[in-house]
Amino acid sequence: MKNWWKSGDPLIWLTGAAVTISIVVVAGLLLLIASRGLGHFWPASIVEAEYVEKNGSTIRVIGEIRETEQVPSSQLKDAGYEVKGEWMERHLLKTGNRDLLGLDFRWVLKDSMQNVRYPEKLMAVERREWGNFYGYLKLIKENGKVIAQGEQAWDVLQARLERTLSIHDTIRQIEKHDIGKINYGLEKLRLHQRRLELDEELTAEKLAEITADKAEFEAQYAVLNKDLAKLYKEIQRDSLVAQIMDDREIEIPLAKIVHAYRPNSLNMGQKMQFYFAKAWEFMTDEPREANTEGGIFPAIFGTVIMVFIMSIIVTPFGVIAAVYLREYAKQGFLTRVIRIAVNNLAGVPSIVYGVFGLGFFVYFLGGSIDQLFYPEALPAPTFGTSGVLWASLTLAILTVPVVIVSTEEGLSRIPKSIREGSLALGATKAETLWRTVLPMASPAMMTGLILAIARAAGEVAPLMLVGVVKLAPSLVIDFNAPFMHLERKFMHLGFHIYDVGFQSPNVEAARPLVYATSFLLVAVIVLLNLAAIWIRNHLREKYKGLETS
Amino acid sequence: MSETNVLTHGMNVAALGRNEAALSLENEDICLEVKDLDLYYGTKKALNGINMCIPRKRVTAYIGPSGCGKSTLLRCFNRMNDLVDEARVEGGIYLDEENIYDPAVNVADLRRRVGMVFQKPNPFPKSIYENVAYGLRLQGINSRRVLDEVVERSLRGAALWDEVKDRLHDNALGMSGGQQQRLVIARAIAIEPEVLLLDEPASALDPISTLKIEELINELKSKYTIVIVTHNMQQAARVSDYTAFMYLGELIEFGDTSTLFTNPVEKQTEDYITGRYG
Repeated sequence: MKNWWKSGDPLIWLTGAAVTISIVVVAGLLLLIASRGLGHFWPASIVEAEYVEKNGSTIRVIGEIRETEQVPSSQLKDAGYEVKGEWMERHLLKTGNRDLLGLDFRWVLKDSMQNVRYPEKLMAVERREWGNFYGYLKLIKENGKVIAQGEQAWDVLQARLERTLSIHDTIRQIEKHDIGKINYGLEKLRLHQRRLELDEELTAEKLAEITADKAEFEAQYAVLNKDLAKLYKEIQRDSLVAQIMDDREIEIPLAKIVHAYRPNSLNMGQKMQFYFAKAWEFMTDEPREANTEGGIFPAIFGTVIMVFIMSIIVTPFGVIAAVYLREYAKQGFLTRVIRIAVNNLAGVPSIVYGVFGLGFFVYFLGGSIDQLFYPEALPAPTFGTSGVLWASLTLAILTVPVVIVSTEEGLSRIPKSIREGSLALGATKAETLWRTVLPMASPAMMTGLILAIARAAGEVAPLMLVGVVKLAPSLVIDFNAPFMHLERKFMHLGFHIYDVGFQSPNVEAARPLVYATSFLLVAVIVLLNLAAIWIRNHLREKYKGLETS
Repeated sequence: MSETNVLTHGMNVAALGRNEAALSLENEDICLEVKDLDLYYGTKKALNGINMCIPRKRVTAYIGPSGCGKSTLLRCFNRMNDLVDEARVEGGIYLDEENIYDPAVNVADLRRRVGMVFQKPNPFPKSIYENVAYGLRLQGINSRRVLDEVVERSLRGAALWDEVKDRLHDNALGMSGGQQQRLVIARAIAIEPEVLLLDEPASALDPISTLKIEELINELKSKYTIVIVTHNMQQAARVSDYTAFMYLGELIEFGDTSTLFTNPVEKQTEDYITGRYG
């Protein structure tokens, strides 16, 4: 037994076990998020049943079973239900039709559901407002006249829906891009005029120029407006009529519909197709319904852009600071104090950074920039409010200690003989650093950057104060010059999770989205890290062989 | 046995007889002159009142027991001791009549004129080509044609060209120790210095590589002034024209090699050479 201890085997088992546990925990976390979140896109079957309510009356219920849980019978008995046995099962039924039924989720007792069936003809409609709709398709109308009913109605619906969706895309394109461009141009003219007024350089001819430009924009706008009006009329042409669970017949204009499908009649292949289509839409579309439906593309974009800008800021700062501390500063008392201060910076709670960013960057720096460079826009702030630039700067300060520490580590591991060799050839210290030492320390710098990205991409608290919003009207990068708008607010995946999970009006509807967004956030961070690790391994290969010397 | 026989025992007599025409310092063109050099590490005095002349285009060797200050003195010639914080120099070293310790001197320029090869080969983690071209790129020479020519010339000068001409862009760290040291020499001569300082260049190498380095030194001395520090007396005898014997930070004796090894003036020198103390 003693020999076994001495041989070192127990240590191998212990370390192996620790690694295994870590991997299991991480995998378990990913699996949990994935299973709860990715299931969101699967077209669930819709159930129809007769439900006996508490007071004995029977109603028809139609909906998706979201969750099933066990409830202690005593709890139900107190609520006035008839109970059987210790535990009763109940389903969370998504009945949709929020505008018609008041709420879209309800709890139903499993035992009270009779004649549970999954009719193939049952239709689910994803709408632009008010969430999902469940019911039976009855008729298709065009301009108020019934043109299809019964069996053919379904195919007609799909054909018309395709047409409606493409008109919708065109309308969106015109509104967002073309009219957006005109608005942008008009705004710039207004600022230009105001600028001239402030500088007291507004001559009659300049004013005439500006008025002429404005008139041109407005003429373009008038044309687009006419096109829009026509398209709007076209899109309103068709509508469908469907019967919902309480037997009411409801008319829905096709313009309000994103998808219409019959989940109970889909085979496996079609369901998979549907799944991938929904997943793709999640990643590339814009959010709807106060972020509880639609896609999260702006959040993905905002997160990635912010991380990039932060990396561009933090890397030079961190590396230069580390180079100064290690190479140039006299290694005395003051340098030690600075190093301790830098290390402690890493321990400051991130919300404190947010407050600092708000006070210093947003109000002080941003306010000054506005006074100096954008006086024409005042009192509306340009840089004097939260935005992606300040958010990136705040996170850069938050992560700079990590970069400094790992760069210093890397610099200290470079053998003195290399430096002496370079100096002996007539290089100055700066040249030695630039041509030999820093390239050799680049794997360590990449390590620092990886750690910085990992930390910054997940921080939400400081961002809430300095840059993120629930819904951003436009992206930080777009096609209007100067293309990068660093003063704009942006959306962020981490904040999106918080917002959808805790600030949405409809928590049940939002919950799967929370998991799906978490999964996406983890995936984005993993991708960023993998990219950085790949670059670092590539650099390590170049400088291999020096570690042993 | 007579003293002389003891002295020559184990040494290559033919090598000693190589420098037949008696070398004499009076006939030499002086490249480096050391005047009253003192060096302190903090309060400890490491070099005491050194006075010597290094003749141009000859090989001068420093010998002496460990810790006697030979490497320290060598590093004074290209001011590498400046890198040590506690080192302080008094006195002067004159390269072509100019004191290299003058505050107005550009140290980087000095080091271009006085090159150094260290005990342990230290090629950069770059390709062989880039290692040799390093010094030239520092001076702003980036033309491919010029670099190609100089790289080839330097590698030939270091007797390394034939071995590496097909793999110039391979990583320098993949070479053997002897090859790496010759690469470092090639790198040093690529910038055409006036003086080459060699700090025990072969002590980390195997005998074959050592031989190659010694042959190389013999070829190089026609173009460069060479100062070599070695703890191997036989090597000093084989390779150098002039030898200086140092002990505990002082220069005990300096003279042409054959005289110093056969007929040393100082008793301390004789004791060292005959191995009475190490």
